[in-house]
Amino acid sequence: MHSTLARAAFGALLASVAFAPPVQAQEKITACLVTKTEINPFFVKMKEGASAKAAELGIELLTFAGKQDGDADTQIAAIESCIASGAKGILLTPNDSSALVPIITKAREAGLLTIALDTPLDPANAADATFATDNFKAGEFVGKWTAGKLGDAAKDAKIALLNLNAQEITVDYMRNQGFLSGFGIDIKNPTDIGDEDDPRIIGNAVTNANEEGGRTGMESLLQIDPEINLVYTINEPTAAGAYEAIKAAGREKDVTVVSIDGGCPGVQNIKEGVIGATSMQFPLLMASMGIEAIKAFADSGKKPEPTPGLDFFNTGVELITDRPVDGLPSITADEGLKKCWG
Amino acid sequence: MTNNLDALADKAVDADAAAEPAGGFAQFDTDAIGPVQKLQRFLHSYPTFVPLIVLAVSLIGFGLFAGSKFFAPYNMSLIVQQVSIIGILAVAQSLVILTAGIDLSVAAIMVLSSVVAGNLAVKLGWPPIPSLFISFLVGTGIGLMNGFLVTRVKLPPFIATLGTWNVFYALNLYLSGAQSIRGSEIDQTAPILKVFGESLSVFGTKISYGSLLFVAVFLVLWYALTRTAWGRHIYAVGDDKEAAELAGIRTDRVLISVYAVAGFICALAGWSAIGRVGAVSPTSFFEGNLQSITAVVIGGISLFGGRGSILGPLVGALIVGVFQSGLRIAGVDVLWQLFAIGWLIIIAVAVDQWIRKVSA
Repeated sequence: MHSTLARAAFGALLASVAFAPPVQAQEKITACLVTKTEINPFFVKMKEGASAKAAELGIELLTFAGKQDGDADTQIAAIESCIASGAKGILLTPNDSSALVPIITKAREAGLLTIALDTPLDPANAADATFATDNFKAGEFVGKWTAGKLGDAAKDAKIALLNLNAQEITVDYMRNQGFLSGFGIDIKNPTDIGDEDDPRIIGNAVTNANEEGGRTGMESLLQIDPEINLVYTINEPTAAGAYEAIKAAGREKDVTVVSIDGGCPGVQNIKEGVIGATSMQFPLLMASMGIEAIKAFADSGKKPEPTPGLDFFNTGVELITDRPVDGLPSITADEGLKKCWG
Repeated sequence: MTNNLDALADKAVDADAAAEPAGGFAQFDTDAIGPVQKLQRFLHSYPTFVPLIVLAVSLIGFGLFAGSKFFAPYNMSLIVQQVSIIGILAVAQSLVILTAGIDLSVAAIMVLSSVVAGNLAVKLGWPPIPSLFISFLVGTGIGLMNGFLVTRVKLPPFIATLGTWNVFYALNLYLSGAQSIRGSEIDQTAPILKVFGESLSVFGTKISYGSLLFVAVFLVLWYALTRTAWGRHIYAVGDDKEAAELAGIRTDRVLISVYAVAGFICALAGWSAIGRVGAVSPTSFFEGNLQSITAVVIGGISLFGGRGSILGPLVGALIVGVFQSGLRIAGVDVLWQLFAIGWLIIIAVAVDQWIRKVSA
């Protein structure tokens, strides 16, 4: 008796899974969101933004994520499921800008609107549109801020660069190279981290963008040169870890740490003087605009246009610091706390 | 000797080797043994010397390669700090591997325990000591769950802990919202959570309490494994579970206790990690499970169970730390660091295999 019931229930479940998409496609628009990971609050926030907008517009949202930064396999499988579900559009933050191009092309051929969020594909026009932070500009902002703050001392700066990982993905080199170029260093190849020969750069280290990596990476660079006085970090958790290493070396008064992201704990750390400046990006905006675009596409077939002069739609960056530099627009940490994500 | 159990396990072989020179027939054999075979036999009797030799050679090598900065007392103490968390996880991992199991969930248990302590003490404002106590209950409890899955549900340890790794990791992300609890918040509400980040300065070194904890955990477990019945039972279960059972050892109980103790040690590592990274960080140590297995393997503990000294992984963790520090100080690109650690694992296990061939 029990097992018959269970079997019937299981059968019904299978049937509902098998037949759900076509039925839904007629009644309700389905959209998919594929983020890089579940571990980064940035993507958690992105998911929140997308879910809220989808609920508002009456869109069915399916969400997926890679297991870690760089995990393209899981994302490919997610996009395959998404195409099979009969969705109208996909929002994707690619873990690998090139490896995901074939599957995105397949999705476009199947008639879906494809939008890359946060990280562009390579080439960027592989997707119908890209809604992103200009990460190079985000880096440039903190680079310019640092140059302005150090003034004449900038020519004797000793710089540590704490990056993401060995893969050197797009966001990693864009931020790093943007920072260096904003600071006034010849970056040579703009897609290669570490090919610079400016003697002010003490070294690069990878951190996996978390506190543990930030601390260990900073410790190693301080071993190479204990007089490092300027630290660029890929994100604010990395900055917090680096600060621990700097504090352990007793140099927290002499070192300026800058970062990029705009997560709330990071903005709080600006307020407390742990981080000098950070560039804030807006994941909620990216996601909600993406959902709106899919809705518009489903209703009228209209595709979103990029920002003039760029190959993507720029969702904006804002510089957050409590020590503003002349000629460089910025907002304070207190103002930043109202806009931060996570 | 630290390896009296290994020696015990291989006693038959050693006895043969010792008896040979005395026997008339074996005289020719003794003459035929070259220095390489002598080394092989020596290492067979004292396998912990292998990682020690590797450590010594790598210290000297990197001293030459990376320059004087590498050998500075401060850098030496820094290496110990850097490996202290993975080192403690390696103790938990060793216990499980000695029973011929493997625990893929160690780092997830550690991070989950630290998130529990941080949430209770900082976010909910509980007193820190009860918060820590509960984090230890959580660590031990989920260790027990692993043990239960292995012994009662009869899942292979690899599968059981592959599952619980994902489960605990998801719980960790849920409880933390993937957001770190910042150091200054901890300082204001529950500074004791960061106690293992404090350090002593001795002769130009900086020895953190976390480093001392790391060494202490090894010493306690070394004592437990070599001087107590529980320890001997672990080796017996790992060597041959059926034989151990026939000898009257309640093997399931031993296994459950091993996973529970491993869980407890992971919670301890979680506490220490808060001090080390200066925050409750749910995203750190994502590959801590594999790093702990690396330390155990390089330390010469057999993945087949029942063989190897717990002091091996202590040295194994230090070897990895020395390699990473040396390569970073020398400015070697990160992908070549991965490359080097990979070969280190392969060579360590190959040497181990070679030593074991002595009985052939």
